[in-house]
Amino acid sequence: MSTVAFAVIAILTLAAALAAATLQKLMHAALSFAVMFVGISAFFFLLGAEFVGLVQIFVYIGAVAVLIVFTILLTRDDTGKVRSFNWGGVIVAIAVFAGLVWAIAKTKSLPLTPSQIEPITVQRIGELLMTNYVWPLQCVGVLLTAALIGALILVMEEKS
Amino acid sequence: MSDSLDQIFIHAKQWLLSFMSGRAPDWLVQIISSLINIVALLGVFLTLFALISVLERKILGRMQNRYGPNRVGPFGLFQPVADGIKMLIKEDIVPARADKIVHFLAPVLIAAAAILTLGVIPYGRNMTPFTIDGGILFFFAVGSATELMVFMAGWGSNNKYSMLGAMRAIAQMISYELPLIITVLPVVMIVGSLNPDKIVGAQAAYSLGFIPHWFVFTPWGATAFILFFVSGLVESNRTPFDVPEGESEIVAGHMTEYSGFKYATFFMAEYIGMFAISGLGVTLFLGGWHAPVHFLEFIPSYVWFFVKLSILLFVYIWLRGTLPRTRIDQIMNFAWKFMLPMAFTCVVAAAVWHYTGRGLRGWLWSLAVIAAVYFTLSILLDTRRKFAPRTYRFAE
Repeated sequence: MSTVAFAVIAILTLAAALAAATLQKLMHAALSFAVMFVGISAFFFLLGAEFVGLVQIFVYIGAVAVLIVFTILLTRDDTGKVRSFNWGGVIVAIAVFAGLVWAIAKTKSLPLTPSQIEPITVQRIGELLMTNYVWPLQCVGVLLTAALIGALILVMEEKS
Repeated sequence: MSDSLDQIFIHAKQWLLSFMSGRAPDWLVQIISSLINIVALLGVFLTLFALISVLERKILGRMQNRYGPNRVGPFGLFQPVADGIKMLIKEDIVPARADKIVHFLAPVLIAAAAILTLGVIPYGRNMTPFTIDGGILFFFAVGSATELMVFMAGWGSNNKYSMLGAMRAIAQMISYELPLIITVLPVVMIVGSLNPDKIVGAQAAYSLGFIPHWFVFTPWGATAFILFFVSGLVESNRTPFDVPEGESEIVAGHMTEYSGFKYATFFMAEYIGMFAISGLGVTLFLGGWHAPVHFLEFIPSYVWFFVKLSILLFVYIWLRGTLPRTRIDQIMNFAWKFMLPMAFTCVVAAAVWHYTGRGLRGWLWSLAVIAAVYFTLSILLDTRRKFAPRTYRFAE
């Protein structure tokens, strides 16, 4: 059953990714990109990494996708226009793909029989964040707060 | 007797599945089991939607000293049937310049997301349709996807009123998502789990047999519940925060270009979202399906859940009949200057409550923390001294 699910999700994700790369209207591409994120989070669910899957939806659909569509909307006036085929993009994509293939081929592969890993629950992640990784967590917190304050200052009305 | 009544739906489902077991493969049984949950969920909540749409009009009517709908069927109860038929036979208008696919998908996806959020709420003992460990997180993850669909509705219509309406709606939803999620944090912190069943389980006990251990009876819980409820009002676009639609003032926001059944779908998604957020409020703060006093536990658990849900829904309607609409800048100011600091205070107060022993002492200490922040905020945000003739930046 999970093989069937894997195949269905993989086809959906790949189709959405392909659509994001080839669709002619920029906004359609952005929305297909969001569909691809759903597919990736479905993969995480399939692998038993529930928390990562949920955070994937949370961050990428709820925030990043909204950010992308707003950026497109507010910075360009040709959202309705048809975009032409971009050869530069193809070259960059091929270069990235080749780099990834090279890196994967160079990496020493892990033993094929997986060791028994207990499923990581949300509680376990929380405990680790509060004990071993408390300093990175605090640093990220400070960084995000600074970003929030910075964003507020940028949009604040200037007093004349 | 009362126990079997409590579990009657669970037994019914098992009885249905017993025909399958042994004859069908395992995965098919699993799928059928999920399908039964889905059908039950849809049946209950679509009926509730039909019922609440007529009840809302009747209650509002009574508040405005008129009868409300009373022509179709006994007491006007068949009004939703008539409305449904009317919506189905209306012409479905799609603007010529609209993006047909996005325009069509927006109402469908928005309803799907709303219905998905219903799936993780425990409706009774052993009656959670989909048990996942991070249920609360799932609720908000799916809820946050709604913003993208509102955008799709606004952009797909290819109409500037739709687009502006969608942007207002999204600005409002993003601002209030923050306090909404942070008010849930103290409950998750105290229970130590994101699983809705465990959160309900943590509120099961009674002091002296009649004071339930619901989180709403602690100072931090009460504050968080009020903040949660207000944020829920905003998230489900209800009065006094219904500026995205603003039926009596502007065209219908991101729903301007929708007619007939697509408009009805938006309407349904809004109500389902309201049920979901109220259901989550009941689960987090009002003890879920537990009875308010110990000796009433013999009444089935799902009855208690729906009693609490209906009380919250009545408050929603009551507010709609009572309060005028707020301006968008008032909504935003309120979110960032009052809701957010108070939500963070709830987190601190819950920690204080936990570390001072969860008893009467903890109760008083957390009350002190919340009162201190509340009065400081009310002094800082006091605008009474600043009354002056209103100035308009762009309309002069």
